[in-house]
Amino acid sequence: MSEYVLELKGITKIFPGVKALDGVHFQLKAGEIHALMGENGAGKSTFIKVITGVHKAEEGEMFLNGKKVNFRGPRDAQEAGIAAIYQHVTAYPHLTVAENIFMGHEKVKHGIIQWKAMNEEANGLLRELNADFNATDEMGALSVAQQQMVEIAKALSMKARIIIMDEPTAALTKRESEELYRIAEKLREEGASIIFISHRFEDMYRLATRVTVFRDSKYIGTYEVDQISNGDLITAMVGREITDLFPKPEVKLGKEVLRVENLSRQGYFKNVSFSVKSGEILGLTGLVGAGRTEVVQTIFGAERYDSGKIFVEEKEVRIRKVQDALRLGIGLLTEDRQHQGLILDWGIGRNITLSEIEKYGSKIFTNEKAEREAAKKLAEEVDTKAVTIFDKASSLSGGNQQKVVVAKILASDLKVLIMDEPTKGVDVGAKAEIYAIMGELAKKGYAIIMISSEMPEILGMSDRITVMCEGRVTGELKRGEATQEEILKLAMAKSLKAAQ
Amino acid sequence: MKKKFNLKSITSSRETSLVIVLVLLCGFVQFRNSAFLTPGMIENLFKNYAVTMIMALGMMCVLLIGGIDIAVGSTLGFSGMCASLFLRDHTQMPAIVIFLISIAIGTICGALIGLVISYGKVPPIIATLGGMYVFRGLAYLVAKNEWVSAYQFTDGYKDFAQSKYLGFGLVNNLIIITILIYILFFIFFKWTTLGRKIYAVGSNAEAAEVSGIKIHRIKIMCYAILGFLTGLCGAIYTSLYASAQGDMGTGLEMDVIAACVVGGVSLNGGRGSVAGVFLGALTMAIVGRALPLIGVSQFWQTAIKGLIIIVAVILNVLAQRAIDKNNLKGREM
Repeated sequence: MSEYVLELKGITKIFPGVKALDGVHFQLKAGEIHALMGENGAGKSTFIKVITGVHKAEEGEMFLNGKKVNFRGPRDAQEAGIAAIYQHVTAYPHLTVAENIFMGHEKVKHGIIQWKAMNEEANGLLRELNADFNATDEMGALSVAQQQMVEIAKALSMKARIIIMDEPTAALTKRESEELYRIAEKLREEGASIIFISHRFEDMYRLATRVTVFRDSKYIGTYEVDQISNGDLITAMVGREITDLFPKPEVKLGKEVLRVENLSRQGYFKNVSFSVKSGEILGLTGLVGAGRTEVVQTIFGAERYDSGKIFVEEKEVRIRKVQDALRLGIGLLTEDRQHQGLILDWGIGRNITLSEIEKYGSKIFTNEKAEREAAKKLAEEVDTKAVTIFDKASSLSGGNQQKVVVAKILASDLKVLIMDEPTKGVDVGAKAEIYAIMGELAKKGYAIIMISSEMPEILGMSDRITVMCEGRVTGELKRGEATQEEILKLAMAKSLKAAQ
Repeated sequence: MKKKFNLKSITSSRETSLVIVLVLLCGFVQFRNSAFLTPGMIENLFKNYAVTMIMALGMMCVLLIGGIDIAVGSTLGFSGMCASLFLRDHTQMPAIVIFLISIAIGTICGALIGLVISYGKVPPIIATLGGMYVFRGLAYLVAKNEWVSAYQFTDGYKDFAQSKYLGFGLVNNLIIITILIYILFFIFFKWTTLGRKIYAVGSNAEAAEVSGIKIHRIKIMCYAILGFLTGLCGAIYTSLYASAQGDMGTGLEMDVIAACVVGGVSLNGGRGSVAGVFLGALTMAIVGRALPLIGVSQFWQTAIKGLIIIVAVILNVLAQRAIDKNNLKGREM
């Protein structure tokens, strides 16, 4: 028998336009807790989905206890004893704990569900995990940590030998995390093997014996946890060449346009302060869940803040709703273009002029001719590949849709542009074009706040970089002095501190 | 550029396919019973279906923003009853005042429902289900469960629905009002900022909000517009039938929604046109009028109406699927 319970060789997974995994390897020993680390978008989640049969890899082989397997769907993986606990709990909130645990493999006798037996067995599993709730409790009434415990119980009920946890501690408090460590240890002692994805160094040091690092869809290496330093691990995670994709022009910075001071919102972020000048691109970065999107949504008036101050051109303002922000000249390009940025059913022209219908016509009537001309001009300015402004937004590629959103923003008189992951889901060619447009906008004197999880983009485009970690600003770096390692250290500042 | 004649592109437009169905239907009925397409008959048809046709436009506003209003039958009963009672007690009042009273009450009812839905965050079907019972109850309450009968109405009021002075003696008043309102709404949805915003909110409320559109205000406005037209129809209804009863307009909401659905208005919001609604309402009206003429029983009529609605919805779904597929074709991967 093989030394490894699970082994993957040369796995390649291709999504339309992107290689999500590029020939990666992975080996899991029996009774081992193995950490899987990497930046956002390194391919960890896709990899997990290949193991659990959700995605089918284009190339590569997978061995279970030395035998080659070929999963046709999640069901096959489940039957082979592989269970995954995903980042966002995928539970049925209106059903009981027992129903959730046995969903899909209910205890049935003659076609009738055996409630009593099911509840008893569920309670048995919960006792084993030291759970402080019952099998008959409603799932939705439980805390995130408790729901996770239910997911673990579900894995146990299926007699899973390989348990995969995707960022299980991300939503947990310190005490709850401790409890999770304890459970993971216990599962390992009982002979289960665990794959553990996490951004937290603390998790890795506490649990894992070995760690595998992915970067940009590729396998980088597997290391013994007690033989690798923090610094080396970070280098493994980010150590890539920065290509010359960024036509960032030198722009003379103007006056400060926007400043936030100690902005806080309960449960999302605390004491966030930064400022941005006219002509400046401020990069706002951090790991997923650091609270970046929430901060900009708040500045844009889509969410309320509890305390703190916002200044526009040195005057304190109060932003309560989106209209306030737009009136003050703050525009947002949302991360979710398809749902929040565009009306896909409509033509490009109509989309571009939507915020400013009144500007082209009168208070009551529209002026289609003026709108068409303006839309045409703006669409050319951002150089969309659409044939006409009557093409539907849904017919465009991601990159061109993003350009339409930019054109729409340009139609309004704005001073501050907030761009949330402007190149997400966009191919390389269109990325370069979007960077060029950003440069042009900075030249024109817009103050730009760019949220991005992509290091090269942050380093290549920003004048200044503000790094957030778990809802707080952990540092600010100037262009030139920032490095990938430096940024990642700040983005993980809290967990590094906790690990020491 | 001249477009090639293409059967597929013609049948894929709801308006043209409805016109074809209407022509075939009228031709068939006319062939079986030549009493169908006479000026008197046509005038009668439009006069009697004016209420449904007008309210269908208001319902279109509400459906466009992804809402629905099943309280309109009750709103019509309540506003028409209030106006009729006022007329009974103040017989010196000219008809126009009675109309304005009915319109005002209808608008208030609609706006209230809009408030509950947008700020109270109550799902439209629930809010208007409640409104349906509340306004119906109020209609009985204000009338103390009595009728207002023909002899209690003034002649000026009763005559309004029967005479032709708005149409210069050629066309019935109600038909003129219907035509005017349809023209008004056509302009409203084609050339006004508010019309465009209604489509925006219905197509993608989140994107509309990010674009600075006050979606709550638009929603309330749509329900108020429907209320306005319902109030107007409350007066038309009582004038036409020369009486007011507490249960008038019961079930009307379904006829109105059906007219919209047949006319191609999407219940998911964002899609629908004034021309489509006109043709949808006309189709339902002609089915209701023509079938008895060729000896189809009352019960079959109802079933056939239902079948038409189901077919219309299936067509909507198929058309939507074709559009989505077509859009994806243009996207490069």
